[in-house]
Amino acid sequence: MHLVSHPDEVKVVSKRFGKGATDLDRYLALDGYKAVQKALGMQPDGIINEVKNSGLRGRGGAGFNTGLKWSFVPKQSAKPKYILCNGDESEPGTCKDRLIFEHDPHAVIEGVVIAGLAVGSHTGYIYIRGEYRYLSNLMQKAIKDAYARGLLGKNIFGSGYDFDVYWHGGAGAYEVGEESALMESLEGKRGIPRIRPPFPAVVGLWGGPTVINNAETLASVPHIILGGAEWYSNLGTPKNGGTRLFCLSGHLNRPGVYELPMGYNLKKMIYEVGGGIPNRKKLKAVVPGGSSTPVLTADEIDAPMDFDSLMKAGSMLGSGGVVVLDETTCIVKFALRTMKFYRHESCGWCIPCREGTDWLEKTLIRLHAGGGLKKDIDNILYLSENMLGRTFCPLGDAAAMPTIAFVKKFRKEFEDHLEARPCAFEAAGSVERLPVMA
Amino acid sequence: MRFSDEFEGRFSEMLSHYPTKRSVLVPTLLYAQDEVGYLSDEVIAELATRLDLTELEVRNVISYYSMLTTKARGKYNVQVCTNISCMLRGAEEIFEHCKKRLGVGPHGTTPDNLFSLEEVECIGACSWAPAVQVNYDFHENLTVDKMDQLFDECKKEGTQLRNL
Repeated sequence: MHLVSHPDEVKVVSKRFGKGATDLDRYLALDGYKAVQKALGMQPDGIINEVKNSGLRGRGGAGFNTGLKWSFVPKQSAKPKYILCNGDESEPGTCKDRLIFEHDPHAVIEGVVIAGLAVGSHTGYIYIRGEYRYLSNLMQKAIKDAYARGLLGKNIFGSGYDFDVYWHGGAGAYEVGEESALMESLEGKRGIPRIRPPFPAVVGLWGGPTVINNAETLASVPHIILGGAEWYSNLGTPKNGGTRLFCLSGHLNRPGVYELPMGYNLKKMIYEVGGGIPNRKKLKAVVPGGSSTPVLTADEIDAPMDFDSLMKAGSMLGSGGVVVLDETTCIVKFALRTMKFYRHESCGWCIPCREGTDWLEKTLIRLHAGGGLKKDIDNILYLSENMLGRTFCPLGDAAAMPTIAFVKKFRKEFEDHLEARPCAFEAAGSVERLPVMA
Repeated sequence: MRFSDEFEGRFSEMLSHYPTKRSVLVPTLLYAQDEVGYLSDEVIAELATRLDLTELEVRNVISYYSMLTTKARGKYNVQVCTNISCMLRGAEEIFEHCKKRLGVGPHGTTPDNLFSLEEVECIGACSWAPAVQVNYDFHENLTVDKMDQLFDECKKEGTQLRNL
């Protein structure tokens, strides 16, 4: 289900999609669990170096070198060490981990075990968001099957190494996708972020050193161990190894999840892979990496999709969610819907985020409804800029960064909503008009 | 109070997965809610006792997670995603249609307790938008017509079950 393909795709993480790999025998026939066996014969530092040299960077959005992250875990620890797979996928525009769990759950388990061997951990947790109940069921079965075959538990593959993997489920919370909130949630609490330092690699779950990686990151690891760092690295661009799952959505003829090399051109991704814009409409803007990443205008899309190039372009590669907006989209309304989301998801722990998202949503509602004042536009920038870097977790930044870009790049559209003018993109009378406040 | 054998089996197995009892709380709340329909005072008291927590600590956690509820919902909880990717492909129209067809607003339940309606945030169906979840089932690439078919099927199934 959900599968599409394009000749430019390079299938690594998705290579077993649609091949019945949820079944353990099928998975084993498709090179399954060979990477764990290989890793059992390697030194922990050897595994870390292989992953480091592959150029694999965190697919959740931060883009930190995975091997380097693993190397921060202390070799000796009085407390148990843990591997935590982040499958709380909930960044708007992102639906890739869902496909990995649906088609290749054992690859995630394998990635967790290899991460465990690399850092000397004996326990891993796979956290799946509550809405993905059918995937949690699939994962529970996959884990049970792997135990029954001796691939998990005591003395895996007769190596003398013990490794346990458990599933865990959420219950609806975007913020829990942030690593420290994820740990709080797994410990049975509200997903309030923790202050750092100390970082999870040193003090994480129940105080023990913890590696937290996105599901796609971990599902990439077995392929790197089998294919080698050099092979994987060469699939992408320098410093951005490998491939990634791009989730194409919005105004496209062929939306879908496609696996493309890192550094693939965004314009080509939209017009060739995604099939271009329906109904001969013109492109207006692209949100390149999930709702928290600053928007790109139609003039800015001739860019390679890798972490560094998008940073240079003033945005971020984020979670791989490419949201395409055609010329009929009202940017003010789009900014408003984005802010409504962040206001809903803010946990309220940090005042700049709690108050900022609420005020920004109210201001945008008023502006979109024709009740805005000229100073509201600068106020949006002022509020957003004062949220940046002032919160425990990046949710505040995630709300502020795209908002700043919407205003700076489409200021005229905001101004066009002033002085009780109706939104030009809505059918007449469809937006309830609010009075201009004094 | 009594939960199903399946619930009890999962619960005792999960307790062995973590160094602290409390860690089972979030997924357990959701499974309990699925059985009872909502997190009743009785469920909260029971889980608090089992996990050595105060009822307040349990309620504190419930209020954080958007899927958890202390109020009863309809048999079919229709959750319409209106976040950005769905919005661009007509989610608002779907949501308006649901409100009209069911005659209820957000968080409303129909008088026959068959349907309740919620506007939800991104459910991870962006490339197959617009999408809704009815309970845990995903319905994607929706149109108003497909939404109507879905309502008809639920209504038929719900009525049959009731007449058994």
